[in-house]
Amino acid sequence: MRVELRDPNIIMKLSRLGSFHQSKLSFLRSFLDEFKDWEYNRDLFNLDSGGYGVAIYSFKKNKRVYSLVCFANKIDDNDRSDRVIATKWDAAFTLHDGVPSKKDIERLKNEVPRQEVGRLSYKELTLSRANKSVRVFNHVVENLSKGIQPDLNLLEKVGYLYRTTAVYGSGKFGLADRFRIKNRTEINGPFRLEMMLVYLVRQFTFDQVNHVAKHKNPKSAVNLDPKICRNLGIGNSTGLGMAPFIVNHPTLLNNWVLSREIALKKIREIENVNSKDKDLFKKCVKDSLKNITSWNSESEFQIKKINSLLINVKRFLEFLENQLDFKSPYPFNQIYSWLEKETCEETIEYIVSMMMEPFDEIVQPLIKNMSSDEERYFRIPTERTVLELKNILKQRYPEILKIDFENKSNLRNFWFISKNKEEPRYADRFEEEGAELEQPLAIARDIKRLNDQLNSCKDDLTIDRFLMNNSDLRHVVRRAFIIEKFPYAEIQDNTISENVVPIDMLRLKLSFFGALKFDPRSDKWLRICMFQGAPLPNELKDYNQHWVYC
Amino acid sequence: MKSLSEIETTSKRASRASGYSWGISEEVGKSIRLLEMFSFKGIKNLNEYFKDKKDKKFENLNLIDENNECLEFSYCPIILGVSFLDQIKNLEKIKTVNFSKIAYPLLFLPFLSRSSEVIGKKIFFKFEKNEFLLNINVNIATNLLNENCPNVATNAEVKILENNDNFMEQDWKSLYQLSEKTFVEETESLKKGAAGAGLTDND
Repeated sequence: MRVELRDPNIIMKLSRLGSFHQSKLSFLRSFLDEFKDWEYNRDLFNLDSGGYGVAIYSFKKNKRVYSLVCFANKIDDNDRSDRVIATKWDAAFTLHDGVPSKKDIERLKNEVPRQEVGRLSYKELTLSRANKSVRVFNHVVENLSKGIQPDLNLLEKVGYLYRTTAVYGSGKFGLADRFRIKNRTEINGPFRLEMMLVYLVRQFTFDQVNHVAKHKNPKSAVNLDPKICRNLGIGNSTGLGMAPFIVNHPTLLNNWVLSREIALKKIREIENVNSKDKDLFKKCVKDSLKNITSWNSESEFQIKKINSLLINVKRFLEFLENQLDFKSPYPFNQIYSWLEKETCEETIEYIVSMMMEPFDEIVQPLIKNMSSDEERYFRIPTERTVLELKNILKQRYPEILKIDFENKSNLRNFWFISKNKEEPRYADRFEEEGAELEQPLAIARDIKRLNDQLNSCKDDLTIDRFLMNNSDLRHVVRRAFIIEKFPYAEIQDNTISENVVPIDMLRLKLSFFGALKFDPRSDKWLRICMFQGAPLPNELKDYNQHWVYC
Repeated sequence: MKSLSEIETTSKRASRASGYSWGISEEVGKSIRLLEMFSFKGIKNLNEYFKDKKDKKFENLNLIDENNECLEFSYCPIILGVSFLDQIKNLEKIKTVNFSKIAYPLLFLPFLSRSSEVIGKKIFFKFEKNEFLLNINVNIATNLLNENCPNVATNAEVKILENNDNFMEQDWKSLYQLSEKTFVEETESLKKGAAGAGLTDND
């Protein structure tokens, strides 16, 4: 049986993309898989009794070494802020390419804690900072120093000791450009070094909390139980900075979503599923219930989604137990059809992610296709014609061409770069100033403009001639020719409309990172947790691949 | 040291702030990145051009012909570069294109370099004593590497070179003969068993 790939005009809607969940394709999981046989070390741990100082962690294989350099600093409670406008953090980190020399460490000590206003070099690959969850960190120190383990209910509610507030890579602030390292096979997957940084930061947080507790009460202190460590991740506060990324990297977005879609299609096309794979899938669904019941949020929007997910997953389990005959042909296709008919977007995408768990042979080859050589598609094929471009728009943007941009509500917002922090922001163009400095992220509106302009030209006009008089549309002409080749490259929604929910864009990206427990704090930022439940570095040689659901 | 990613982003934004469309600004970002990667003074020239642009006028040449004479002012290297890149498949047929005056000709180079890649042919760019060979966007050879590029190129010529060997046939033959010393003479029986060998080729 041949199953078609899902329609990009449905899948690429923001509400659907904002329902995506982590899966085996997610970058933090593929990172763990890639680095599981690397040698992990804590090379330096030079903290004072308060937990402040320098630490270095590394992954090593053959002659390649990646070193996380951590700087833990004392800051005033009043200076602690998760907002991107903060200037001080409890800890700052960089991933150094190789073994840092003493001179490197001295240089980094002056630059890394300053983050955006510091300067890194081509020897550094990623940069980040994090703040303590003070309530949890202090509680854990207090208990460990008395020789007892912390309150699990409190830990479960928060899920981490530290949360990062930004992770930078790819040439920012002087960091190494991607081209310098792109031929390394171990990082042939998006954001792999960012994932390494966050993973090693997680270990630092455990080592730091143990260290502080021990210094507080050397005689009675105990270490945090490894089982408890495993169930803690690293939190992250994510704002709008992430949203333009997925608009600005269309081929990359396509390759992420296309990999997911190919995986689903291939799984639906499996005629006979063996009992081992069936049992694993069922176990993951059952075990995942605790991920839903421990998913806390104060956002009404998210609470509704979580409640509906819980109800639907329970209904799905009943369907699996009582209605579906796994021995009948194409059981996963039957499952998918049932989900489409009986449940909501959140549940469909939740189960789709889980369908991948038993099928390494399908998922693994796709991971290699999730990067993109974007330069290859930058050139506009100017020898092509207006008619060809019109046909591309008709085929790839059918819904977007129907939007009425005369209606104010459809162009209510604009994206801009904040002067204060050089970060993307979003505002009402009719109430705020600065719309004339709008970033080129209103793709739907500009595609509609392009279409209108093309309709006033002769069909056989070549694109080079069209561009002579329409330079203002050049960015969307380029884009349309990219989208022609990459069907999942475009969000099929209006990103400047009154009704847009920007966190849907963030969630899409974060789901591919492998984030869990999305907790929207407004429509413009959210908190998540990464690596919660993941094996610890000393357990990587032999770990349960399905740890997310265990 | 600034990363190429920072160079591209900042050049793109500065171009937008100087009045170019986003699409053109994206082209400028890529171009300056390329210049700096090849060790040309892209940032310096772009900066000076944008400063000049505030007080001086430059002409936009959209449709390129065999001979292109400015009416009054020098050609804007950015619009000229984008036009050249967009029209390269037509210009390839003309083979030699002349421009009377180009402002900040260094900024025109990356567009020629990218055009060279599009058609798979080398491009030779010359004005006064200054020469540049654009090699399929892999590198740029010049006699001007360590000197400042003039702010104006007068009587500039762009030649699209045919794909010919860069050496004499005699040199090739001599080298080939040397390379033959790595070959082994085949016996008759080996020849009979090689691919394609058989009783008939008319089966």
